[in-house]
Amino acid sequence: MVQVKIWGSLSQFTEDRREVEIEAKNLRELLDGLAESYPGLKPQLERGVSVSIDGRVYNDSWFQPIEEDSEVVLLARLKGG
Amino acid sequence: MALDSKTSNEAIQFKVVGTRPLRPDGIDKVTGRARFGADISAPGMLTGLVLRSPHAHAKIKSIDVSAAEAMEGVHAVVTRRDFPSLEPGSGTGDVLDNCMAGEKVLYDGHAVAAVAASSTHIARKALRAIKVEYERLDHVTDVDEAIKPGAPVLHPGRANESVPEGSSPNIMARYEFGHGDIEAGLAQADRVLERSYKTEATHQGYIEPHACLAQMGPDGQADLWCCTQGHYMVRNTCAEILGLAQGQLRVTASEIGGGFGGKTTVFLEPVALMLAKKSARPVKMVMSRSEVLRATGPTASSSVDVRIGMTKEGIITGAFAELRYQGGAYPGSPVDMGSMSAFAPYDLEHVKTVGWDIVTNRPKQAAYRAPGAPMAAFAVESAIDELAKGFGLDPLEVRLKNAAREGTRASYGPTYPAIGLEATLRKAKDHPHWSAPLGPNQGRGVACGFWFNFGGDTCVSLNVTPDGTVTVSEGNPDIGGSRASMSMMAAEELGIPYEKVRTIVADTGSLGQNEVTDGSRVTFAVGLATIKAARAAKAEMCKRAAMVWGIDAEAVEWKDGAAHPAGPNAGTHPPMTLAEIAAIASNTGGPIAGHCEANPEGAGVSFATHMVDTEVDPETGAVKILRYTVFQDAGKAVHPAYVEGQFQGGATQGIGWALNEEYIYGEDGILQNAGFLDYRIPVASDLPMIDTVILEIPNPGHPYGVRGVGETSIVPPLAAIANAVSEAAGVRMTDLPMSPPKVLKSIQNS
Repeated sequence: MVQVKIWGSLSQFTEDRREVEIEAKNLRELLDGLAESYPGLKPQLERGVSVSIDGRVYNDSWFQPIEEDSEVVLLARLKGG
Repeated sequence: MALDSKTSNEAIQFKVVGTRPLRPDGIDKVTGRARFGADISAPGMLTGLVLRSPHAHAKIKSIDVSAAEAMEGVHAVVTRRDFPSLEPGSGTGDVLDNCMAGEKVLYDGHAVAAVAASSTHIARKALRAIKVEYERLDHVTDVDEAIKPGAPVLHPGRANESVPEGSSPNIMARYEFGHGDIEAGLAQADRVLERSYKTEATHQGYIEPHACLAQMGPDGQADLWCCTQGHYMVRNTCAEILGLAQGQLRVTASEIGGGFGGKTTVFLEPVALMLAKKSARPVKMVMSRSEVLRATGPTASSSVDVRIGMTKEGIITGAFAELRYQGGAYPGSPVDMGSMSAFAPYDLEHVKTVGWDIVTNRPKQAAYRAPGAPMAAFAVESAIDELAKGFGLDPLEVRLKNAAREGTRASYGPTYPAIGLEATLRKAKDHPHWSAPLGPNQGRGVACGFWFNFGGDTCVSLNVTPDGTVTVSEGNPDIGGSRASMSMMAAEELGIPYEKVRTIVADTGSLGQNEVTDGSRVTFAVGLATIKAARAAKAEMCKRAAMVWGIDAEAVEWKDGAAHPAGPNAGTHPPMTLAEIAAIASNTGGPIAGHCEANPEGAGVSFATHMVDTEVDPETGAVKILRYTVFQDAGKAVHPAYVEGQFQGGATQGIGWALNEEYIYGEDGILQNAGFLDYRIPVASDLPMIDTVILEIPNPGHPYGVRGVGETSIVPPLAAIANAVSEAAGVRMTDLPMSPPKVLKSIQNS
């Protein structure tokens, strides 16, 4: 199980939990697991998110491995100029 | 994509990276040979012009184009009816609606129709012949007014699921970040400062206006040449808007005269393609400066409330900010990024930010260099400065006491790896600028800033020519020196002189998908792909040498630009240089190339500290920038002169934002200063030489330690200058721009 920190305004869709547990070995499984466990997150997941894994930010890499003790943070999708 | 993660540029003895070779685009640009968007022509080309709304908010009751269509020399007229329907409210649906209004015009300058004619004169006459019947609606352009009860509503029902019920219908989204217990944190403070800050919308101010040339054949194959930060984005967006297959539309990026985020979307391009389709002729469109200011994307204006608690020793005990950004007439202001970056430089136990994305009757905002972060930093860094000075503390020392470091949990969630904020602060403290004396009416300000950086889809093809020179093809328009830095990284890997490598920006038919040139991503991501492509080419050249020597490829190593036999059984063979291997490539298996297609992740965040001295004229309120020093972590500066240019450019744009630049709307919602005479960007005579100090704390996610450097430099200036002006004027400045009338009024009221 991976502990996922949920950014504040999204916690309204995770029963106000700022941290949730998801069974996932990679980013794709994590996002699928979040959508399945917390359907209210789906609109934001579809709009796009970034995920920080051990301090590195990932946008798209579905098969990026996630270790059980990794620090995982769901973030608003990063964009730049 | 798994990439080299064990990076230490201290362990690499660079030969090319870190030097300052001549810019490959320099001669073309100074001699006028470089071809920008408006320099592209085609036989039989028509001129395209856009009819724009004279109202800030109105229903379009009817558009009669019959008179224009009947004019001699007019070959096509288009309105929204000519475009396929897209899902209302979708991202691309909003882009289309911004390029050509549907049922309503939402801001002064919103496009309502376009013509293609055989001359500019005829096109102008045709625009005047188009009859648009409007029903004017009430409008709102101020971010705080837009959320008051009874404010005119732009898009009823467009708010997303994050917005609490009962909120203003002009609020499109809500964001919240942070951790800890704010009230508990503030309760530990010796002083809690509450302040409100406002910034005005500013434009990226790129010198080259938007321009493009479109043509489309009866078979549906289309070509587009345009100035853009991302021609693959242009291809994909235009294909979706026009219902074309992406592969049928080839887009070529021209040389670009600045973008700074403002050319990361489309404005003219779908319209030009539709005019070309309808007229069956090439159509060229070039915006005027007035059109650029009225109808392209400036950044958001902001209104920010801050509460920060600090002990008398300078420890921040709790920090809260509520940020309201208006991003023009469509959802998508960068308030999410502002909310994430506001307190990112600090190690805080109790921190929270709340962001509100608000729509108003202004042009749809576009990205502007570290979108959303400068306004947030202005508020937070001003408040920290006021608290520090109130306790009689050194503002740099206070920042050092609270600085985020490796292992700090960032206010937006992650735990930082190695970062460079502390290094920039220490360098600033030791710099002669910090201890230089100040005169009367002069003040010194400092501020910190943060930006994320990211990777994205990237393709690089590296080809070895028969004479031993090398061509690198990349898919990102060069807005900050990427052709030089790619050539340098390829030369470094291959062990050949920089002059032997030429990098070109390939069209959309030549490479796979490439993300836009944004997010300070190119030197990081395209550089990484270039290194990988060079390594692939090296492996192939080692194989070719092994064939010649009759040994295993594994027994060959590449060093100093040549293949060498290596290992106990390799035998003794004289090294084969890249040129020697290239010369016999036809005999050893054919042309030699390396390529890399990737979506690099692992971009490193970046921090900066800025220091500025200002002088305020107490009689006029005019502010002069006396001295300015930028301290920033670049990871590894590939071409230090370009890095310094990025630092200086960000500081300069920040100076404009802080002191003069603003979108001024009249009571009627019409933009009052749509020209560079009235919208004043800094010019050389306004500025001192901006000093730069490059720090190099390697990004562990890049083989050479590279971090993005292009955006962070615009984050601290607003606050640094406000802190300096406040000290010089003797009154705290909380509204930008600090134009002479505003500064004078503040002095008089203090």
